[in-house]
This record gives sequence, C-alpha cells and structure tokens, in this order.
Amino acid sequence: MKRRRPSLSINDNMRRTMYSRRAMLLGGAQLGVAGLLGARMAWISIAENEQWQLLSESNRVQLSLIPPRRGWIVDRAGQPIAMNRSDFRVDLIPDRLHDREPVLAALTELLDLPSEEIERINEELDTVPGAQPVQVSAGLEWEQFAAVNVRLPDLPGVAPVQGFARYYPAGAAVGHLVGYVGAPTREQYLEEGEDPLLLFPGFKVGKDGLEKTFEDRLRGEPGARRAEVTARGQLVRELDTRPDRPGETLQLTVDAGLQQYVGRRLGDESGAAIVMNCRTGDVLAMASMPCFDPNSFSDGISHPEYNMLSEDERVPLRNKSLLGMYPPGSTFKPVAALAALEAGVDPEEIVYCNGGYRLGNRRFGCLGVHGPVNLHRAIARSCNTYFYTMGRRIGIQQIAEVSRKLGLGAEYPIPVANQNYGTVPDDEWVVRRHNREWTDADTLNTSIGQGYLLTTPLQLTVMSARIASGRDVSPRFVQDRAAQPSALTGIAEENLQLVRAGMDEVVNGAGTAPRARLPLDDVRLAGKTGTAQVVNLSAGRGGRGVPWRFRDHGLFVSFAPADDPLYACAVVVEHGMSGGRAASPVARDAITYLYDPDRANEELERLEAGWGGDIFARMARQEAEYRRDQGLPAREGLPVVPARAESDDDDDEQAP
Amino acid sequence: MASNPDSLVPEPLAQLPWKLILLVLAIFGLGLAVLYSAAGGQLQPWALNHAIRFMLFFAVAIMLSHFREEHWKFFAFPLYGATLLSLLGVEIMGQVGGGSQRWLDLGFMRIQPSEIMKPVLILALAKFYDTLPSGELRRFVAIWPALLIIALPAALVVIQPDLGTTLVLVAAGVTVMFLAGLPVRLFVGGAAAMAAAIPLAFQFLLQPYQQNRVLTFLSPENDPLGTGYHITQSKIAIGSGGLFGKGFLNGTQSHLAYLPEGHTDFVFATMAEEFGLLGGLLLILGFALLIRWGIRVGRRAESTFAKLTAAGLSTTIFFYFAINLMMVMGLAPVVGIPLPLVSYGGSAMLTVLICIGILMSIDRENRMRRR
Repeated sequence: MKRRRPSLSINDNMRRTMYSRRAMLLGGAQLGVAGLLGARMAWISIAENEQWQLLSESNRVQLSLIPPRRGWIVDRAGQPIAMNRSDFRVDLIPDRLHDREPVLAALTELLDLPSEEIERINEELDTVPGAQPVQVSAGLEWEQFAAVNVRLPDLPGVAPVQGFARYYPAGAAVGHLVGYVGAPTREQYLEEGEDPLLLFPGFKVGKDGLEKTFEDRLRGEPGARRAEVTARGQLVRELDTRPDRPGETLQLTVDAGLQQYVGRRLGDESGAAIVMNCRTGDVLAMASMPCFDPNSFSDGISHPEYNMLSEDERVPLRNKSLLGMYPPGSTFKPVAALAALEAGVDPEEIVYCNGGYRLGNRRFGCLGVHGPVNLHRAIARSCNTYFYTMGRRIGIQQIAEVSRKLGLGAEYPIPVANQNYGTVPDDEWVVRRHNREWTDADTLNTSIGQGYLLTTPLQLTVMSARIASGRDVSPRFVQDRAAQPSALTGIAEENLQLVRAGMDEVVNGAGTAPRARLPLDDVRLAGKTGTAQVVNLSAGRGGRGVPWRFRDHGLFVSFAPADDPLYACAVVVEHGMSGGRAASPVARDAITYLYDPDRANEELERLEAGWGGDIFARMARQEAEYRRDQGLPAREGLPVVPARAESDDDDDEQAP
Repeated sequence: MASNPDSLVPEPLAQLPWKLILLVLAIFGLGLAVLYSAAGGQLQPWALNHAIRFMLFFAVAIMLSHFREEHWKFFAFPLYGATLLSLLGVEIMGQVGGGSQRWLDLGFMRIQPSEIMKPVLILALAKFYDTLPSGELRRFVAIWPALLIIALPAALVVIQPDLGTTLVLVAAGVTVMFLAGLPVRLFVGGAAAMAAAIPLAFQFLLQPYQQNRVLTFLSPENDPLGTGYHITQSKIAIGSGGLFGKGFLNGTQSHLAYLPEGHTDFVFATMAEEFGLLGGLLLILGFALLIRWGIRVGRRAESTFAKLTAAGLSTTIFFYFAINLMMVMGLAPVVGIPLPLVSYGGSAMLTVLICIGILMSIDRENRMRRR
C-alpha cells in the first residue's frame, strides 16, 4: 500500500520492537512504583515511626483521670462545714456511643429525664470531643443507679460513676462564708493550661468565698488509671493505677454551731452578724442573710431558683458582711468618745443637751432632751448634742485618726476575693472626692456616725473588738497564722475603760439597749446601738410608715463579758428601723449561745416557730411561691403552697 | 507457532512452573498468617475460608494453564460479550431490586461480573489488536474499536457505582493500547485531557460519598472520625510497626479493632503492624517478582495476542497491588480495592488467579516452543 507519509506505515518487525521497548518501559515504570511504595512505607515506619507509635499507644491505652477528693472545710473544733457526700452519677462517653437514640430513650425511661435535660445532653454530645464524658444525671437514688447498672450490657457508651458531691450541712447559714463550688468555666480551663481535670464531668472548683480563695489547698492532685481498651471502648485489661491525693482539710476559726445559730437567728431579716474573739481576731461566725443555699449552687442551680435569688430585694447573692456599706450611726459614738478622750477632753465635763445643737443658723437635732450629760451618760443615752460639741472641739483629723486606729476605712488581710473598705472622711478626702472645703457641719455629722462615714459589718466588729481588747486585732478566718495581736499604739487603756463603761451602761444600765441584756447571771454584754438613715425623708425618720426599702438601718456593736471582754459582736439589720430593737437582740442571743447554747436554742426555736420554720423550710416555701407566681410547674421536694390569695404587704407587718 | 495436538492432556507435574507457584504460595501464605492473626489467632472466621478458596481457585488456575493460546483467542470476544451482558444484567436487576447490586447469584456462588471483566477485557483488546494488521496501527481504526471495548464495561461499572474497578479496567485497557503500538502523543494528549477533565468529573460524575473520599484523601485530618479515620488508623498501624513490627499476633491496631477493614482492604496495614517494614518490603518484592514474571512472559511470547494478553494481565495485577498499597499508605483515596491473594474475599482472588492461570498458559506455550 502506497502512503503519502511512509513514516506512518508500520510493519510486523517494527511492531515487535516497539512492543519490546514499551513493555520494558512499562515494567520499569511498575518497578519504579513498587520502589516508591517501599520508600513510602519506609518513611512512615522508620522516619515517622515515633509519631505513629505514640498515636498507636494513645489508641490502645486509655488514660482516665481519677479526680481528687476535695478537702473538707471544718470549724475550729473539727466539725465539718463543707464535706463530700458520695454521689451516684451517670455519664455518656461519646466515643463509645454508636447509636445515640435508643440509648437516650432507655436512659430517659430509667432516670425520668425531663425533655430540657435531653436537649442539653444532645447539645453536649454534639460539641464535646469524643473521649470526654457528658453528664447525663447526677445525685441519683441508689435504685436508679442500680437499674442503669443492670441494663449496662445493652447500653454501650453509658458510664455509671460513683463520685463525690460537695455538701454543706448547714446550708444557707454558711453560704457567704465558705462560698460554693461549681463547674469550671472555659476561661478557667484555658487559664490552667487546658488541664483535662477541669473537663472531667462532675469536677467542681471553688467559685466564691473560702472555697475559691483556698482552691489550691482544697483541690488535691488527680490520680490516673491506665487501661487497654478496644476501639469500642471495651476494657481489655488494667495496666496501672496511680491513686489521687485528696485536698487538704481547711480548718477555720469559725465555730460551726455558732455560725449556724447566727445565720438562723437573723431570720427573714436582711443583714449581717459577726462574732469575733476580740483578743485574737478569730472570726467565730460571720453570717449574711438572706443567703443562697450553697448546696443548690454546687449541684448546678436551676434557672428559676437563680432568678428568684437575683430578683430578691434583700439581695441574697451579696455578702453583706464584707460588701455591705452602712453609715455606722450612733455605733460610731464610742469611737468619737475615745477620740475626745485622747484629745484631752475631761470625761466628767458636762454638756447641756436641750434637744439639739446650733451651728450658725442651722440646728442639728438630738433624739431627746438629755439635760446635763457627761461622757458616760452621753454614750449610754446616745446623746447627739454631746458628740456635736466634742466633735467640733477636737476636729475631724482627730476623729479620723482614731477611727483608722480602730480599723475603720481599712482593708484587712483576709482570704476573700472582695471586701469593701468603706470611708473615713477628712478634709483632704472631701477635697479630693467632692472638690470642696470641709465644713464644721461635716464634722458634726461625722461625730454621730452619719455624713460620709461608711463601714462594713466586719469593720464594725473589728472596731468593737479593738475597743474591747485594746489590741490591734485583725480578722482571722483560717487557723494558719499565729494570732497574738499587739496593743493598740497611742490609745490609753484608761480611756478605753471609760468608753467600755459607757457601753456597759447602754445595755445594763440606763441605756438605749435594754433588750440586749444577757439572760445570764454572771456575764454582761456591753454595746452601742445605732440607727442609720437610708434617705433623708422630709417626713421625719424612716420608721414604720414608709416602705421597707426607705426605712433606717438598725445597727448594734457589742462585746462580752463587759468586765473582761472575750467576744466582740456586730449586727446590722438593713431597714430594721432601730438598732436597739432589731439588731441588739441578735447579738444578745449569739453571745448567749456561746455561754449557754440550750437557752439560746430555746429562744431560737420559739422565734422560728413564729416565722414559719427553719431556714430550709422557709427557703423551700419561698421557692415554691416564686415558682407559683412565675407560673412554673411545682418542683419535687418543695412544699405545696396555696394559690395566690393573700396580699403582698407582709413587709409592713413583719417585726422579729 | 508450534502446535501440539495433545495440549489438553495434563503434562507431568515436573512441567509446572514451580518457581512461580512457590512465589504465589508465599504471598498467599503471608496473607493466611495475617488473616489468622487478625482473627485473634484463630482459623475462624477468615483464615480457613481463605485457604479453602485459594486451593479451589488455584486448581482452576492450573486448569486454565492447560488451555492453548488459540482457545483464548477463539473465546475472547464471546467471553467479552457474555460478561458485558451479565454486567448489564446486574445493572437491570439492581434497578429493579432497588439499590446497587454488583453480583449475580448463580445459586452455588455469587459472581461479580465486573471482576471477571478485568481479564476478559484484556483478552478482547489483545484479540482486537492481534487481528489488526500492523499497517493499520497508525489509523483511526486502530483506536475507536479499542476505546469502545473499554468504554462499554467501564460505563456499566462506574454507574454501579464502583470507582475502584472502573479505574483498574480503564488503566489496564489503556496500557494494552499503549503496548499495541499506538502513537505516544495520543497518550500524552490523553493524559493532559484527563487532568483537565478531573475537576469536571469530580463535580458531575462522582457520587457524594466518592467525592467525600477524595476530599478526605486530600486532607484526612479534617475528618479524623469519618472517612479520614480509615487512612489515619492505617498509617498508625504501618508507622507503629517500625522496622521489625510488633510481632506475630501482637498488633494492637487490628486486635483492638482500631483499624477498620483490617482483614480486607486494609490487610496490608495489619500485616505491616506485626511484621514491620521488613514484612512489607518482602510482600512488595513478592508482587514485583510476580509482575516482572508476567511482563517477561509477554516479551517471550510469539504472537501479538499473547504478548498483549500477558502484559495486560500483569498490569491488571499491578494495578490491584499498587492502588491498594497507595490507598493503605495514604497516597490515594479510599477506593475499596483489595490486595490480591492476601485480602479476605473471593472475587479479587478469583480474578487474579484467573490472570495467573492465563499467564501460565502463555508461559507454557513459550516454553514448549523453545524446547
């Protein structure tokens, strides 16, 4: 065949050679690929061997954390304030959960899970990494826990865990003091270098109060368990276990019995009460009421309960002992008296009280017409005129200096996240803060504990303790440092004696707090009442006729025994109208408890019967009523409350 | 060409290609050991079945080796037609029955026509080029019938959908066309066109699950618990084996079930974990020797048909081996191609032993001619 392009024509010989060449090429290429595969394999198994071996080990070996048991918080005698209760919990391990729906359905049936919980579980299962357990339910009854265990072979991915939950036996009475624990936040997790312990289900960290401050000591060290598991999570064998190291026990200076007593004794009032050993500064009780139940927080508080707490006008979420700031009112008068004595005022000097004091054309009123008063009588009868006179004479600098020596306006070295340090005003302060000159009127107001003066209940306690002991005491919560406070510098003991005698008279003589007299034969309580204005009402003082939140605060500072002080106590009852009526009985009963607990408890039981039960019962009823008012379904464990009928005016009728 | 009228009479055992048989037995033996280990050190459920199947199919291969070249040549097109029809059959049955179906149930055994198609396609192509005069080789008539022969089964298999088998069919077919002597520029141009068409094919031809496999292959870490899991676990098994492996029966990836399909498609990873790089290289060497033998059989063959058949069948075995290993080592997407003679499963073993049987028959002819 003749072709135009002979190069295209191929004969059998050429075809044979071409095949040979191409077959060689093909064989070579295939050999090359085989060599490449060998090289690739060598790369993976030799060069990258370490990396893959590590991954193989992490596949094979499951490292599970054993979370440490949190250290207990105990009182000065070793009584538990915060402890661990064994807790039955059920978790889901997403990695091993191959078929979610039937497992969740079975759990819903076994554990009575509400639909919002199932939603949460589904959400968490979608987001958490596969080996990270997701909590299904905690705080289970033994029967439920056992039922899950029995069905376990049919429920792959379900992990029943017997763990621990934080438990505060005294409930709300210790809430503000010890704080509470809760699940760590994402920020905390990142802060602690992504410690996997923080992701462990049911693991809690201190969120507030001492639980938070002493987190490092309370937490302990986690243990670990190494086990060989299959891809489906079946245990092949245990390899080794390192036990956990539980957290330290934290011993407080607090007396658990007194703490609980004081918390209960405040009743439904909004306020704070603190008892301190005035020689050492040991805080024996520090209650702020109303309070949340730290047990609710530690279990994860429900939305309605939290809303109820945050909407309450008595601010249960605020620790009033440290954060509440109140004008000390007349409880400041012992300080003013001491300042006068230190300035050289003769205690027997007579000031004539005709019911007020005139400064220029302005009149500063007294609560009574006391006639001739000396220092002792001025304290006992709380005569403003006397302190106006003396205050103006000695000047604000002297008052401020003595106030600071007694611990007002100071921040204490105490293990809390937050404390307010109040205000002790002087001329420098008013220029800095309000950009005006100090006036004599300011001095007069400060002399009787009003004006710019602000204190916290803890400061009032320290003030009382320093007056009572003459020592430079500072509050101590934890038995970790030696407490031997030195004597107050620049305060004469005989001056302190005069002030103490005046405070003795307040309670046990012709004074303003006869209700604070102790029902004991051999111990006397000395104190000073105070009533602090909340708002300047044109219609006189904020007494009964005005809404609760405008009423005056009632305050009381005290120490006992009057002749050889050992305890100091300060009580603030917000909007309690008068220190003598609202606050001083609380201090009386708290001190009584220290000497005769049975008698004090009798009084408390009588009171609680009138209030409608103890704290737990009243809080449960409050929550039940709140849920009813919000139209929420009743919660199991709460009392049944009648449908809303009675009016909401119980504020006006309440008088403890 | 020497012709022997007694070709169907069995030769004495001494006439068998013992070297090759030992090689095949060695590869199979390694597979048997791996399957025994993968079952946790037990013959059940895989090793025993594997052995029984091998013996059965190997007997078939020995039987096939006694066919003569002219028989293959004669049956090439009829076999091709029949296999194409059964491919069409499973497709129609699948459509009727709903869902994808790849096999025909003959009652006593299930046959995957797509597997049978692999050697049959090679035979048909070889037959086509054998009948084509050398002078026609650079004309269009040398191209389009071959393309049609490849395209028909490829189209039927890709809609099954079985991407792996399609790839092997097309690649082996194109290799035969290359060996047949078509101009090189066709293949260069074809490769360029393929490269351009891949994105389009990815978009329009692949099923979503296949697209996922490809995407996962490109970045397995994006999907460590989904399809990427296979590749990652396989690399962990191979990588953690090191030079000498963790020892027979000591593999953790396979025994603790982290390696999926450790007895089928990913059997190489199971093997590499226990026998290490050494075991892997030995297996690669075994397959290299097997394929080299096949190519040699082709070069020694006399006729175009025998040459192309031998090279094509060797290439088919090569593609099984290469694609599987690339997949297992993370160099190719997970396409579901087993490692012949080693992976548990009958179809691939049957195909490869048929290939070897036909190769042995050509080898026999070569040796008889030389004698």
